[in-house]
Amino acid sequence: MAKEPRPSASDRLGKPPVLAPGHTTSSVTDQISAVILRGTPRWWYFAFGFSFLLVLLLLQSLTKLFLEGTGIWGLNIPVGWGFAIINFVWWIGIGHAGTLISAILLLLRQEWRTSINRFAEAMTLFAVACAGLYPLIHVGRPWLAYWLLPYPNTMGMWPQFRSPLIWDVFAVSTYATVSLMFWYIGLIPDLATMRDRVENRWSKMVYGALAMGWRGSAHHWHNYETAYLLLAGLATPLVVSVHSVVSFDFAVGQTPGWHATIFPPYFVAGAIFAGFAMVLTLAIPLRAIFNLQDFITLRHIQNMGKVMLATGLIVAYGYMIEIFMAFYSGNQYEEFMILNRITGPYRNFWWALILCNILAPQMIWIKKVRVTPALMWIVAMFVNVGMWLERFVIVVTSLHRDFLPSSWGMYAGTKWDWATFIGTIGLFLSLLFLFVRFLPMISIFEMRTIVPKSDSEEASA
Amino acid sequence: MSAPGAARLHGLMAEFRSARSLIRACERTHEAGYRKTDAYTPYPIEEVFEALHLHRSKVPLLVLIGGILGCLGGFALCYWTSVIEYPMNIGGRPHNSWPSFIPVTFETTILVASFFAVVGMLALNGLPMPYHPVFNVKRFALASRDRYFLVIEAEDSRFDAEETRRFLASLEPTEVFDVEP
Repeated sequence: MAKEPRPSASDRLGKPPVLAPGHTTSSVTDQISAVILRGTPRWWYFAFGFSFLLVLLLLQSLTKLFLEGTGIWGLNIPVGWGFAIINFVWWIGIGHAGTLISAILLLLRQEWRTSINRFAEAMTLFAVACAGLYPLIHVGRPWLAYWLLPYPNTMGMWPQFRSPLIWDVFAVSTYATVSLMFWYIGLIPDLATMRDRVENRWSKMVYGALAMGWRGSAHHWHNYETAYLLLAGLATPLVVSVHSVVSFDFAVGQTPGWHATIFPPYFVAGAIFAGFAMVLTLAIPLRAIFNLQDFITLRHIQNMGKVMLATGLIVAYGYMIEIFMAFYSGNQYEEFMILNRITGPYRNFWWALILCNILAPQMIWIKKVRVTPALMWIVAMFVNVGMWLERFVIVVTSLHRDFLPSSWGMYAGTKWDWATFIGTIGLFLSLLFLFVRFLPMISIFEMRTIVPKSDSEEASA
Repeated sequence: MSAPGAARLHGLMAEFRSARSLIRACERTHEAGYRKTDAYTPYPIEEVFEALHLHRSKVPLLVLIGGILGCLGGFALCYWTSVIEYPMNIGGRPHNSWPSFIPVTFETTILVASFFAVVGMLALNGLPMPYHPVFNVKRFALASRDRYFLVIEAEDSRFDAEETRRFLASLEPTEVFDVEP
């Protein structure tokens, strides 16, 4: 490495680079694949083992649920939507950052996305898997959940296509399928790289089969790039539509606090906000554990922080508009709902939500915070909690005191609600640990494209 | 096919150290009249596509067809279900309450278009392909790391084992290999 890389525009502006200087196509390949080839570190067994225990907790709570029904949860009239819906919206919102990073930032030519898109997409898949579980188990008789799909049946019945709940079925299943395809297509060249690197015969066969015989032919790359770009173009409106449809589940109902036109954009912004918080929550420890600071630089952490701050402000605007509209509407139920939210029995949730989602992210304005991963991690954790509280407040405060005071009630999750929730966190983490162990967590071939070209050629020539 | 034994080859492969030398080599190969050629690179390189004069990809057309099918299919599903097969009066709305069918129509459009993009790309590339002769060259494993390869296939009408080998050598590769079929 005799030559210094040319200073790029970002260097001149004093920003940390997207990729640490001195890397070549071979060094990025070796360093990222080494994470897998090095073998299993000891901490991995502990981490995976712990997460898997939580998966067992999930299985236990599901067994209990299947045997006894949704009565084991805290649901009752008037609050018929509880943890299942809160967690569904929370998880699916988290997923949105992965698609945003992989698709929208690709179309906007944001080069810095390259080192984080792979595991952000994996995070999307795992979050959608956790999210998808909730509506299925919430239907009461989960073994009949396939009734949600339109298919000719002996009952002669068909789904109601005017219902947002059936829109949700289509939106979430399309989202899961497209995310999976996008992720897998992105993985193919890297699976081929792994096939060419691994020594073990069995590993070679597995990676080889998954890579489908990819050989990096120019003819293939040509079709591949086009398909990848088009998928990004398709995923972009999709991701916006999914959380809009999720918000329709609420907004189409005439319950006070739900029946608002602000809901779709406000939900989409909230989803991106929550998703970036989760990407930061995962990326900061992973880059430290696997020594990936060269690839996930402070630039990435800063940029993600800025996206989080911007979407957080949109969410804050959403909260303000909700309050404003409640009074501007002149509707006594809307007014009561908002006062009840802020001063009623669930006021602590609301104030905690304001602290987590509006006040805490303001720290990101300070540069010192943006460039200190540990502090950014703490802010991200605030947002993770805050976004869960937001969904809790939306679902519960609107339902527990609606139009008729005689039917007011209170809601709290039972231990099985919590066990299911913690169980899905375990499922998410288990899948994530398997992913970082067996698949390249950074897109190797895309990293090769952002290696400064003059540098790599001279170095290897 | 003059040299004996040439028929047994898949082609000849030249290895290059940099993308720039590969692009130059691709240009000269095309100028020399070779058409059954392929370049193998660790990442997509636009200039290589141009140097090899690749045709426009057919993927966009497939995606368009998929999108149209998905759109029509999704709307047809909603319409047929709600108007013909299972009409229900929901709050006095018309049976064909098309604005409520838009979300499902939109999702199926995206779904089918994405399927066509993925399956179409794989089909056009002939994947999955469990065996391909280029893998017989040991050094080819580096095509997924930092080396660039150019193959002139024996099927090319101008292919001549000796002549083509000399031609490839003139492109200043690091090495030229025979590719066993």
